[in-house]
Amino acid sequence: MNVIVTDTGFGDDPFAGKAPDLDIMSDIDPGTLAGQLAGLAMIRLTFTGFADGRGFSIARRLRQLGFTGQLRAKGILADQYTMARRAGFDEVEIDEAMAMRQPQDQWLARADWQAHDYQNRLKGTLDHAA
Amino acid sequence: MYNHTDFDTAFITARNTQFRAQVERRITGALTEDEFKPLRLMNGLYLQLHAYMLRVAIPYGTLNGAQMHALADISERWDKGYGHFTTRQNIQFNWPKLRDVPDILDALARVGLHAVQTSGNTIRNVTADHFAGAATDEVADPRPVAELIRQWSTDHPEFQFLGRKFKIAVTGSVNDRAVIRAHDIGLRIVERIDQEGYKEQGFEVIIGGGLGRTPILGKVINDFLPRAHLLPYLEATLSVFNLLGRRDNKYKARIKITVMEHGLEYIRSQINQQFDHIRPGFSGIDQALLTEIAQDFALPPLRQATQQPYHTAYDADPLFRSWADTNLTPHRHNDHAIVTISLKAHGATPGDATAAQMRRMGDLAQRYGHNELRISHEQNVILPHVHKSDLPALHAALQKADLATANIGLISDIIACPGMDYCALATARSIPVAQAIAIRFDELKLEHDIGPLKVKISGCINACGHHHLAHIGILGLERAGRETYQITLGGDAGANTAIGARTGPGFGADDILPAIERLITGYLALRQSPQETFLQTCNRLGMAPFKTMLYGAPNQEKAA
Repeated sequence: MNVIVTDTGFGDDPFAGKAPDLDIMSDIDPGTLAGQLAGLAMIRLTFTGFADGRGFSIARRLRQLGFTGQLRAKGILADQYTMARRAGFDEVEIDEAMAMRQPQDQWLARADWQAHDYQNRLKGTLDHAA
Repeated sequence: MYNHTDFDTAFITARNTQFRAQVERRITGALTEDEFKPLRLMNGLYLQLHAYMLRVAIPYGTLNGAQMHALADISERWDKGYGHFTTRQNIQFNWPKLRDVPDILDALARVGLHAVQTSGNTIRNVTADHFAGAATDEVADPRPVAELIRQWSTDHPEFQFLGRKFKIAVTGSVNDRAVIRAHDIGLRIVERIDQEGYKEQGFEVIIGGGLGRTPILGKVINDFLPRAHLLPYLEATLSVFNLLGRRDNKYKARIKITVMEHGLEYIRSQINQQFDHIRPGFSGIDQALLTEIAQDFALPPLRQATQQPYHTAYDADPLFRSWADTNLTPHRHNDHAIVTISLKAHGATPGDATAAQMRRMGDLAQRYGHNELRISHEQNVILPHVHKSDLPALHAALQKADLATANIGLISDIIACPGMDYCALATARSIPVAQAIAIRFDELKLEHDIGPLKVKISGCINACGHHHLAHIGILGLERAGRETYQITLGGDAGANTAIGARTGPGFGADDILPAIERLITGYLALRQSPQETFLQTCNRLGMAPFKTMLYGAPNQEKAA
């Protein structure tokens, strides 16, 4: 079963058994989603590969378009957890093999995503999702 | 110059701890080689032809004496006792061991240096005019803004996995010394009079320039961006690029291609739209931080003294006179000079400095240059503020370290990429060609007579040696298993930036030096006066006579 990573480490899927309201890939044009996001509880964004950084900009755009529900990233590394959280994701979904290879401590090591944040310092706001 | 704040120090410490863990996790298998690669690259670590290469950032090319000493120490302790200064104002160590790299990064951090984002598909080290803060032609010092951009781009969560690398350069002068039109984004500080009649500073924003296999000069996307809009504008631009840039073909992934494929107008409208969205998220505090940063770049307290020792040495010592004529640039305070130390001794590897030379330069900066050094994109080292009375002593000290070559701006002041001697991408050697040209024209004792001439050599189509922008550009390729060198003429990296035109078929490794010699001999015969530079002759006469020098008269060519 897939594992959900949050700032407190590994956990079970709180939406277990329920499909995301919107399941998208990181090659989507986020502009096409305008007007479809109101009332959605959860969006899962799957990166086409961990190096496909479009997902981080898409997360920003989804927040910009007013999405306030749960935003889940799938397909990234522990090393990208900070980026994901800062870009507006709430959580990361990984499969069991990844959970074995990059266990909880490697994700928790990046859970202090609010520390050392140059952009936040320069913006002068605490609103990471803006 | 900029002193790292507690925030910077804490960031780098944390970053180095992360990288140390990443190296360990690579060794245990928690990270695959594919996963580790972008992570090491964004920390400056390449895998080259023979070994790892660590590229250390020298933000906007500025460093102090202690930092230069630290680079020397690193080169001796963990490398082979030398370093290579690059066309992006960085330094590369060519032989570090993977397991040593975390210790090297810690050693760098102790003097406020790092290797963050010197590689990978990230926003790279921001470059700037190497004469910043000393030049006579400057609207404003570009370094505070470059530092602001460094901070904004560092570990930016959206832009660590771009489709391709992204390079930003800043200048504060019309006489572009930062090659801003050959960057993904080039910024020029400009002034205008606002509606109330006050002078207002902003930026001319140039987008989509780049060299490589598709050389394109950047286009103006915004002719006056108010100063306070810079960071949201950059963020909007990068966000548009991140979503729109191609990821299917790495050779079409730079923003220059995005701009070409979608058109400047479309890109501009997308940026403006995104700018409007994100601008409210910037409180304006960055401008207060910029003011603080700018204080670190204030002109040092310059000394008032007689210039007599300079004049005495200039009249008496021909070696000093020759060096002063080529290696000095006027300073905004005319009793001072900007000194360029040549890393192009005839026969040496362009841009290389030994540990002893680095220490000497660091010491001399402390003694004569207000503890400040610059690295130029032309791979030389600059002492930006030297009182003229100190120049004879400085020159004598440089001579002892083989650093007094009087050739700045001349034919042997060659930009060369590392080429096939080091680089995994290279298709031909660059360094031996540069060495051969420098040695030959030194033997001929012609280089001062030839006058200003920019020769630039790249060992592959990626154009790290900026050959497109050279008066004489040399591109090393591999043709049927042999090194072949193509020549371009008429490129210009200055205010009138131009991409050179290819003369025709390439020359073999044994034939390139004679070909260059024919060009030079031909130029000397054709120039209207000793004052007419190679580039001016080239622009006046066009390509035809130079082609004849290289390939013979046109009808002969047909007959062959």
